[in-house]
Amino acid sequence: MATLRDLRKRIKAIRNTQKITKAMKMVAAAKLRKVQDRMLNFRPYAKRVKEIIADLSMAVERDIHPILVVRPRKTIELLVITSDKGLCGAFNANILRFASKQVSELKRQGFEVSISTVGKKAFDYFMRRGLKPRASWIGLSGKVSYESAKDIAKDLIDAYINESFDEVRIVFNEFKSLISQRLVCFKVLPLESLEEEACPEATEREVIQREEEKGISQFAGAFIYEPSVEAVFERLLPRYVEIQIFRALLESSASEEAARMSAMENATKNCEDLVQRVTLIANKVRQEGITKELMDIVGGVEALRKSAG
Amino acid sequence: MEKLRLVIVTPYGQVLSEEVDEVTAPGSEGEFGVLPGHMPFFTTLKIGILTYKKEGQINYVFINSGYAEVTHDKVIITADSAERAEDIDLERAIKAKERAEERLKKMEEIDVARATAALERATMRIQLAQKRIPR
Repeated sequence: MATLRDLRKRIKAIRNTQKITKAMKMVAAAKLRKVQDRMLNFRPYAKRVKEIIADLSMAVERDIHPILVVRPRKTIELLVITSDKGLCGAFNANILRFASKQVSELKRQGFEVSISTVGKKAFDYFMRRGLKPRASWIGLSGKVSYESAKDIAKDLIDAYINESFDEVRIVFNEFKSLISQRLVCFKVLPLESLEEEACPEATEREVIQREEEKGISQFAGAFIYEPSVEAVFERLLPRYVEIQIFRALLESSASEEAARMSAMENATKNCEDLVQRVTLIANKVRQEGITKELMDIVGGVEALRKSAG
Repeated sequence: MEKLRLVIVTPYGQVLSEEVDEVTAPGSEGEFGVLPGHMPFFTTLKIGILTYKKEGQINYVFINSGYAEVTHDKVIITADSAERAEDIDLERAIKAKERAEERLKKMEEIDVARATAALERATMRIQLAQKRIPR
């Protein structure tokens, strides 16, 4: 049976843990806000580049760039994005389970699968499973920069051109809201049907607007291109992949922070429950102690009176 | 008088959106100037300095390669990154320059093109921040 002192110590320890989880929740909330800002800031850029590519793709030959060429699929690369740090609930576990399901599904269909990872968790996971990632990036989450997206895109594009694999998909958590994330598997290479892909999430209104704009951009043909249409297009295409990857990185880190927020929220609540439970026990022990002492005293008094009388 | 709308977007947000009188930008095939009523024109940009004139005043913006789309009343710049002269972090640029120079000096299994580009960016930023505009 725990002594009163042990119980008080325990309450204090729980309170300290609670302070930490509370602080972590606050930090996660601040980080989440930052990432959301960046997502918002990134949108106009992504939109512009997509528009330019959609316009240009009408003006040039289809197979001008190797990443537009669709090869028969033999090997499929999965780029799995997780976080570096834990303490974010089932965030990493979910994405990794989803990813390995994809892997076995693809293998069942007779494809070879190669893997590259972003984040320490994914790397460790696949190493443990004996699937050595083809490439891995660590230390990105928390400070996602466009530069890192560029590095990843460059690596993937180079490997695609070298025919290390014939298709690339990204597996990541898409940020829906604070409480829900969606697991997504999303094809980035090769680029097909640029015109449609350029605005998959376009609302009906935007589509109409775009049609109208197309009327004007008939005269896009009248643009003078420097150095040449092909050169501009070739330089822009990798940009398209970069954008997809950067978006995935941002979505993933937003989801990570959101997941951490709710995990820490729960932890804080659990601490509160624990404190209440332990306090109850402590009170019981204290009262028992008092009762025992009282009984001792009463017993002592009785004994004294007897011996006196 | 007619005006041009100058818009600069980067992955980190929209840097600028203003009505201006005149724009000069560092095209990859050479610097070019744009006045209202310019013919439709699309070019890649190299690392350099974009200047624009507004109400008689000349302003400078650092551009880290990208694209420029020019129509008769608009100039849209899509850049990897861009900063107004007054927003440049001089200290950071100087540090970046030192780093790049060091890497170039060592010359061991590094991406020379990348280090050179980093050096160029840093140098350009420093020059702009110190108002020594290369001409």
